[in-house]
Amino acid sequence: MYNYYLTIVLAPLAAAIIAGLAGKKIGRTGAHWVTIVGVGISCVLSLVVLKNMFWGGAAPENISVYTWAVTDGLRMEVGFLVDRLTALMMCVVTFVSLMVHIYTIGYMHEDPGYQRFFSFISLFTFSMLMLVMSNNFLQLFFGWEAVGLVSYLLIGFWYTRESAIFANLKAFLVNRVGDFGFILGIAGVVMFTGSLDYATVFGSAESVAGQTIEVLPGNPWNAMTVICILLFIGAMGKSAQAPLHVWLPDSMEGPTPISALIHAATMVTAGIFMVARMSPLFELSTPALGFVIIIGAVTAFFMGLLGIVQNDIKRVVAYSTLSQLGYMTVALGASAYSAAIFHLMTHAFFKALLFLAAGSVIIAMHHEQDIRKMGGVRKYMPITYWTALVGSLALIGFPGSSGFFSKDLLIEAVKESHWHQGATAGDQLTYWIAYLSVLLGVFVTALYTFRMFFLVFHGEERMDAKTQSHLHETPAVVTAPLILLAIPSAVIGWFTAGPVLFDGYFGDAIQVQSAHDVLAHLKDTFWHGSAGLVMHIYASPVFYLAALGVLTAWFLYLKRPDIPATIKEKVSGLYNLLDRKYYFDDLYIKGFAAGGRNLGKFLWQKGDELIIDGFLVNGTAKTVGRLAGVMRQIQTGYLYTYAFAMIIGLTMLLGWLIWLR
Amino acid sequence: MIGLQHYLTVSAMLFVLSIVGIIINRKNLILLLMCIELMLLAVNTNFIAFSRFLGDETGQVFVFFILTVAAAEAAIGLAILVVLFRNRRSIAVQELNTLKG
Repeated sequence: MYNYYLTIVLAPLAAAIIAGLAGKKIGRTGAHWVTIVGVGISCVLSLVVLKNMFWGGAAPENISVYTWAVTDGLRMEVGFLVDRLTALMMCVVTFVSLMVHIYTIGYMHEDPGYQRFFSFISLFTFSMLMLVMSNNFLQLFFGWEAVGLVSYLLIGFWYTRESAIFANLKAFLVNRVGDFGFILGIAGVVMFTGSLDYATVFGSAESVAGQTIEVLPGNPWNAMTVICILLFIGAMGKSAQAPLHVWLPDSMEGPTPISALIHAATMVTAGIFMVARMSPLFELSTPALGFVIIIGAVTAFFMGLLGIVQNDIKRVVAYSTLSQLGYMTVALGASAYSAAIFHLMTHAFFKALLFLAAGSVIIAMHHEQDIRKMGGVRKYMPITYWTALVGSLALIGFPGSSGFFSKDLLIEAVKESHWHQGATAGDQLTYWIAYLSVLLGVFVTALYTFRMFFLVFHGEERMDAKTQSHLHETPAVVTAPLILLAIPSAVIGWFTAGPVLFDGYFGDAIQVQSAHDVLAHLKDTFWHGSAGLVMHIYASPVFYLAALGVLTAWFLYLKRPDIPATIKEKVSGLYNLLDRKYYFDDLYIKGFAAGGRNLGKFLWQKGDELIIDGFLVNGTAKTVGRLAGVMRQIQTGYLYTYAFAMIIGLTMLLGWLIWLR
Repeated sequence: MIGLQHYLTVSAMLFVLSIVGIIINRKNLILLLMCIELMLLAVNTNFIAFSRFLGDETGQVFVFFILTVAAAEAAIGLAILVVLFRNRRSIAVQELNTLKG
């Protein structure tokens, strides 16, 4: 299998290099063929790996490929850990990536940066595979930073737009904050275990959990809690959890295929994957899990609310991504790692689908993204309409769809989680925050999803006549990926929910303490097969909340479209709060960024220019100058004066030598 | 009988005379050069007097060297003087104050 793994990783890299460096030579067609073939090879081989794992019963493999450096006993290696978690991620990444590659042919066909774009997305696939297949923290960090870099390059793909440059800088800077925590977490791991290798670190996790570290003098904290929270701060940056979420909506400045691939389906799930991968560590620290679940709950609910007031089609989907990432994070905090990864997988399919469908509408509308200027698109674009419907239904958890299984089981897992069994008031509070957030989030999700859906596809046609006359279905390279993504979005949950969540698909890849193992508990008490779950939808409030959300959206935006404007005026305070995104952007831009700039300006003008330049450097020179100005008064310039002075000096020297010595 | 001290006295008088000449002369740069020559001659007198009274000929050899160097120096000094005069139309010492900072 070793050659398989190497090929999976290196095929996209080779394609990226060819398309990037020889883009002019091979032309546009060459560029998309070479990258599609590269990613296609990866995808097929990943499916083979998954098949061997799932049906062939292949054991997890931990392979060291290359030792980069050994310093002070610390081995820095490149290696692959391919277990069932990795195999699943590899398939999701390469499959969505392949769909996006194909879709891009249609979306970018007029763009002058065609080859560059293909080179970047192939490079992204390589980076993401390095991240998920890593068997050590160093390579994980490499993949982590590499996907961040490609994300930066792609958000700013249209680098002549000022807003794109602003967005990619913002994404990069916010991710730096998260990465700062992440690298400190890795440093903590190395400090306590002396190793970067997963297997070694997980093996000594128990002993780390017994140690303490004094971050503030006099306050010993559990080492594992500190490490896990620091690692999770990294995940907060990458997976856009509040309060480090601000970069994700702005990243929609990039081309839509990128939004689908990087900012919805794969890269932003890197944080979720990382926490699931680190489950042996997180399991040992209940405070860290509490931190995770609260952050996730806040993100899941409050970011969903923002989706209701957005008018840019891509931003609505972006806020829904934030909210769904919050759901996954809540599942992580509830120790239901499998549920998080399962939701990650289904979400990757239906969210990529929704983004690509949004992109399809955007192409047809000649790059108009405002949903207030759409409406009634349904009859012009039937394929996009039906696939978007599948995606939307999956997102709100329509019974039987993939999102239904993942979200319903996730919420059930939160409901039954160990926080609920917790004795202390803090545990109960955590539980209620998390549970109510994910539960009410269902209503919010249904509302914003179908608000967008109705505004775009139904109702009166609000676009101008010129756009309307050109409106037609997008070409096959755009619709084919939509259909290919709609199929798993609709059905994959039905087949995989049981095996992945309850039949121990992940094996040892995810380790949960028995007291925390909510999924095992659900297996005994709740799970009666996929059909059983669909049959029992009436027993759970989730279904009613989703239905209520859709009905509300239908009533407000189709039946009585005048009401939303009235509501907006009645509660303008609340509306402004949502419209300004809880003032987070203002806080960061006017607070931290402007504060940083002012501090820099102060240090520059007062510290550097006034004290160092003015006082120390120029001040010294001026003092010498003034002193010299006084001294030069005794200079005449006449030769005889100098001669006289020399004689006097000589006489005094001689006198001293003769009489005084 | 004329002893060493008489020679040294003459030499010292010559030396002081030349120093005074350098210091109080305000008009003529040529006088300055002559004073420097006079200073060297005073030193030469010392050399010869000591050479004679100590019975060591090395001092007289030094005098030859000094005379040679003094001649060369006078030549250079006069050449500079000529150039200076061409530039400034004057060799008055009191007008030469460009050394002032």
